[in-house]
Amino acid sequence: MGEVSFVDVSKRFSLRVEGELHHVQALDRVSFKVADGEIVALIGPSGCGKTTALRVAMGLDASSSGRVTVDGREVNGCGHDRGMVFQHAELLPWLSALQNVMFGLEMKGMSGEPLRTTAEKYLDLVGLSHSKNRRPHQLSGGMKQRVGIARALAIDPSVLLMDEPFGALDAQTRESLQAELLDIHARTKKTILFVTHDLDEAVLIADRIVVMKEGRVADIMTVPLARPRPDLSIVRGLLEFAETRYKVWRALHDEQTLH
Amino acid sequence: MVDISDKHSDTAPPQAEISERRPLPRWLITFASIAAVLIFWEIVGRQINPVFGSYPTAIAVAFWELLVTGQLWTALFESLKPFVVGYGLAIVIGVPLGLLIGGFRAAEAALGIYVTAGYAMPLVALVPLLILWLGLGFAVKVAVVFLMALFPITINTWLGVVAVPKTLIEVGKSFVAPDLVILRRIVLPATLPYIMAGVRLAVGRAVVAMVIAEFFTTISGLGAVIINSANNFDTATMFVPIIILMLMAVGLNSLIGFVERTVAPWQAEISGRDRE
Repeated sequence: MGEVSFVDVSKRFSLRVEGELHHVQALDRVSFKVADGEIVALIGPSGCGKTTALRVAMGLDASSSGRVTVDGREVNGCGHDRGMVFQHAELLPWLSALQNVMFGLEMKGMSGEPLRTTAEKYLDLVGLSHSKNRRPHQLSGGMKQRVGIARALAIDPSVLLMDEPFGALDAQTRESLQAELLDIHARTKKTILFVTHDLDEAVLIADRIVVMKEGRVADIMTVPLARPRPDLSIVRGLLEFAETRYKVWRALHDEQTLH
Repeated sequence: MVDISDKHSDTAPPQAEISERRPLPRWLITFASIAAVLIFWEIVGRQINPVFGSYPTAIAVAFWELLVTGQLWTALFESLKPFVVGYGLAIVIGVPLGLLIGGFRAAEAALGIYVTAGYAMPLVALVPLLILWLGLGFAVKVAVVFLMALFPITINTWLGVVAVPKTLIEVGKSFVAPDLVILRRIVLPATLPYIMAGVRLAVGRAVVAMVIAEFFTTISGLGAVIINSANNFDTATMFVPIIILMLMAVGLNSLIGFVERTVAPWQAEISGRDRE
């Protein structure tokens, strides 16, 4: 359970710049599928529509035409079948780490003892049980994003949607969180669709990479790296890693791939 | 399987550190400042004709006289009644009104203009009209205090709602929180620091309103003490209620600060003010 498919999804924005009305084609007939349990990376230059695609899948933005389905059901607004991890974690500053995880669960209708134990279980999954009573400003950037991941996972969605989740973190923290994400995926088998602008991250984590340019899908590539990938430092040294990374780099830079 | 619990390369921000050299405590600096002003006033005030000015020791004597005759307590209590009712009403009505205006586009378009106008308007100008409507008694005093305190509270709450980061609301939406839950669990706590700032601004205005009401309607309370002693050229006695009003405003301000730290402790923690 956890299949996502984009079918001809288009999205137009209108915005007024210095009095002039501009039409922006954020998404132009975007179609691709994410299989159950698969990790797919959406990569592309800024303004290519990758975040918009993710927001449409979450139901935070509506598409102008086309549709996104999750397990065959058309997305129409937000739902508990999808869990969102925000770019800057976006924890509620007045709640402790544990209460932040509990918030999502409460919205799903959970209460009483299971509410607490479930939230604690997911904080434990991201290695934060020792900091459960800290408020967000008492957590480092990496810890905040761990709470963000726990909050999204706790509601047990079929699909985890992540918007540049590690983009704002320093390199070292990013690497350890990438490894943790793969570990979490190995344990939970969640379908993950994530947006990134980091080539290494896309190749290290994803099974397939969707390259987007100017609102369109420019290329879809399969990463020829086996799972599990318990040690990313080894993966980085593999020839397949280098080759795939180069292929994605070419796709991002090659004007020809845009049809 | 990787053990993820003990490999946090990134560390949490440091907790409050205890510095080795303690700077002068704030209360000591405040106390010294007050003492200096009082001494200066005492020296200069004694040179001035007692009709035009007074000085701390003379005011202290006048204070003692008002206290033992019971006049002061009666006046203070008389003043506080409309103050508490008017100010309380302003909070009870102003906060929901601000949430409504900030939260709903239609409410902002329909009501925002009155609140902005009401805040900018000199409310003293309304007092004669209020007297026509409500008479000279308790009700008109409550109304004056209420109107002076209402607008800063409403405007701040409104601004606070508008300033709530959109992404926090999207967090609520992405977990399928109903609008009312988003309002109560995300918008309200995010707005609390603004509400408290409004409540704090309103205290000063409410104290002013209380005295204005006592001057322009039935002369009563601390305002009456001021007017009566001024008419008798008893300047020292006139200063007693003035100083009490100042102390009252300062005291209420710290009380609100305390309430703020109690209901919104994360705010002080974020800005580092909790380390004082």
